[in-house]
Amino acid sequence: MEFLNAVFVAPFLDIADSPVFFAEVVIGGLMSGVMYSLVALGFVLIFKASGVFNYAQGAMVLFAALTLVGAMEKGAPLWLALLIALGVMVALAFAVERFMLRKLINQEGIILFMATIGLNFVLEGAGQIAFGSDVKRLDVGLPDNSFEVGGILFNTFDLSAAFIGAAMVTTLALFFQFTPMGRALRAVADDHQAALSVGIPLKTIWVVVWSVAGAVALVAGIMWGAKAGVQFSLVLIALKALPVLILGGFTSVPGAIVGGLIIGVGEKVAEVYWGPTFGGAIEGWFAYMLALAFLLFRPQGLFGEKIIERV
Amino acid sequence: MFYREAGQFKTSYNKDQAVFPIIQDRWFIAAVIIGAYAVVPFAADEYWLQAVIIPFLILALAAIGLNLLTGYAGQVSLGTGAFMAVGAYACYKMTTNIPDLNVVVAFLISGVMAAAVGIVFGLPSLRIKGFYLAVATLAAQFFILWLFNKVGWFYNDNPSGTITAPPRELFGITITGPQATAEARYFVSLTFLVVGAIVAKNLVRGRIGRSWMAIRDMDIAAEIIGIRPLQTKLMAFAISSFYCGVAGALYIFVWLGSAETEAFDLLQVSFPILFMIIIGGLGSIMGSIMGAAFITLMPIFLTNFPPMIGIHLATDLQKHLEEIIFGGMIVAFLIVEPHGLARLWQIAKEKLRLWPFPY
Repeated sequence: MEFLNAVFVAPFLDIADSPVFFAEVVIGGLMSGVMYSLVALGFVLIFKASGVFNYAQGAMVLFAALTLVGAMEKGAPLWLALLIALGVMVALAFAVERFMLRKLINQEGIILFMATIGLNFVLEGAGQIAFGSDVKRLDVGLPDNSFEVGGILFNTFDLSAAFIGAAMVTTLALFFQFTPMGRALRAVADDHQAALSVGIPLKTIWVVVWSVAGAVALVAGIMWGAKAGVQFSLVLIALKALPVLILGGFTSVPGAIVGGLIIGVGEKVAEVYWGPTFGGAIEGWFAYMLALAFLLFRPQGLFGEKIIERV
Repeated sequence: MFYREAGQFKTSYNKDQAVFPIIQDRWFIAAVIIGAYAVVPFAADEYWLQAVIIPFLILALAAIGLNLLTGYAGQVSLGTGAFMAVGAYACYKMTTNIPDLNVVVAFLISGVMAAAVGIVFGLPSLRIKGFYLAVATLAAQFFILWLFNKVGWFYNDNPSGTITAPPRELFGITITGPQATAEARYFVSLTFLVVGAIVAKNLVRGRIGRSWMAIRDMDIAAEIIGIRPLQTKLMAFAISSFYCGVAGALYIFVWLGSAETEAFDLLQVSFPILFMIIIGGLGSIMGSIMGAAFITLMPIFLTNFPPMIGIHLATDLQKHLEEIIFGGMIVAFLIVEPHGLARLWQIAKEKLRLWPFPY
């Protein structure tokens, strides 16, 4: 009885009691949701264009952030360090296409997934050999202080993260919708063979997509790095992004954003209001359970393409 | 020259349908099993048994379980570690609460418990497919480990939060816990692996295995020819989890001795076992065992090889280099042979059959 009360009644009474606090929790959730979306976005881009479920996205985030910090430690100014990191990610895209994807054309999804896990190991090791494995502080000059609007606390850093995320998604959406390259990308995502037969160069497309995903990883790396320091555990945010992916749908850019926001809010609210009942630390699995519950009603995710199966 | 099937005539249907229809294969397998029982425990020392061979045998059993689910029934699962944990904790609860229970029976019942949990987490597979399902099984992984960590009942409320295998005997010999000799534990895990592999091999040759493969290849088509997706998929989850549960119980009771939930972590257990079946070959029992050998031996080789040829590196540099080489080898291996060691083995046999002629 007491348990049922703690699950079904008390949290809602708490919410009704102090709506301002609830709003604060929701906003905090939205902010961390943006951060999840940034990582999930990289997954979606690559999956859309090449059907590869890229487990190494987390390692790419770490690698990009490490390169940026490494360049800045060598004395490069921020803009130069950004250029260097971007260049490294593009070079990585070339290498991945040349040495991995090109040789694994037409393999099953799970084999490609496995190959990206291998890539994940390589990037983790290489990043730490080149730049050491200590926690590094990353300061990109974003303001980090709080202000109050109507009794609700806002954090400028979170707000700028949200702004950057929104800007990036808009740019990507425009890029996909209105440039010839974006059109080619969508064609490849639809059907590899048909795209090839109308003269779209598959290899170039893959390099472009992996480069864009690398750039997204760099942005995610900067935001996460500035928030929590650049360290090995950045690799594990890939695991945070996975429920976002299945909730939003593997093939949908807006899905990654909406999914991230839902997961962010759901996780925060559950942790604050229901966490103590279950003994805390539920954020490890709550996102997955939430995504699973959604999937039972929409197996392709919220915005994924409807799966049509024929015999 | 010696590996020929010419002249081996099958005179009955049973002979034609044998697991190993070629006599040389039968001899080879028999030699391997006899060697494993009679030679290995005397040839290998305590360190090799404890650090390499026993974990290899136990993980091979879990890999067979995952291969039944992923390789034969086509349902990708990343929750192997959780199902192993269910087996381990069930076994711990049983042996500590019912001290008279025969420990082998306890292992098997823990497998059944894991199977029950596997069915529950297999239910979404009826609606969710492919990578969506793979990520959904992560829910099992994180939720179950969290549960075992949080609820004291599972580890008998002991303050350290670890489960420790109590010493239990079989035929008068201690086989679990710290007092057991490495040889005794080796024989137990070897026997479980051999029996498990034989059962699995026959399972996948029969009606159940065929219906799994039909579901894997195209579930709608399978449904149309009269295979029930509900029963078939849940059966795959149940049997796979049974194998994983038994392997998990062995993992604690026969290998580690005592452990916390971290022992069944995603990166420590679930992913390596997935590597094993992909490197070994999806849809192959033999491949699961070879893959397990590859993945257990590779890191040990990488750690010991540089000092052997006289290169001494700083520990963390060496660790990261190992990571790079391991990852690079996985990619290289997948490029060379995406169908795994089992396929290489098959190619080698084809070549042997024709040897010394090229065609």
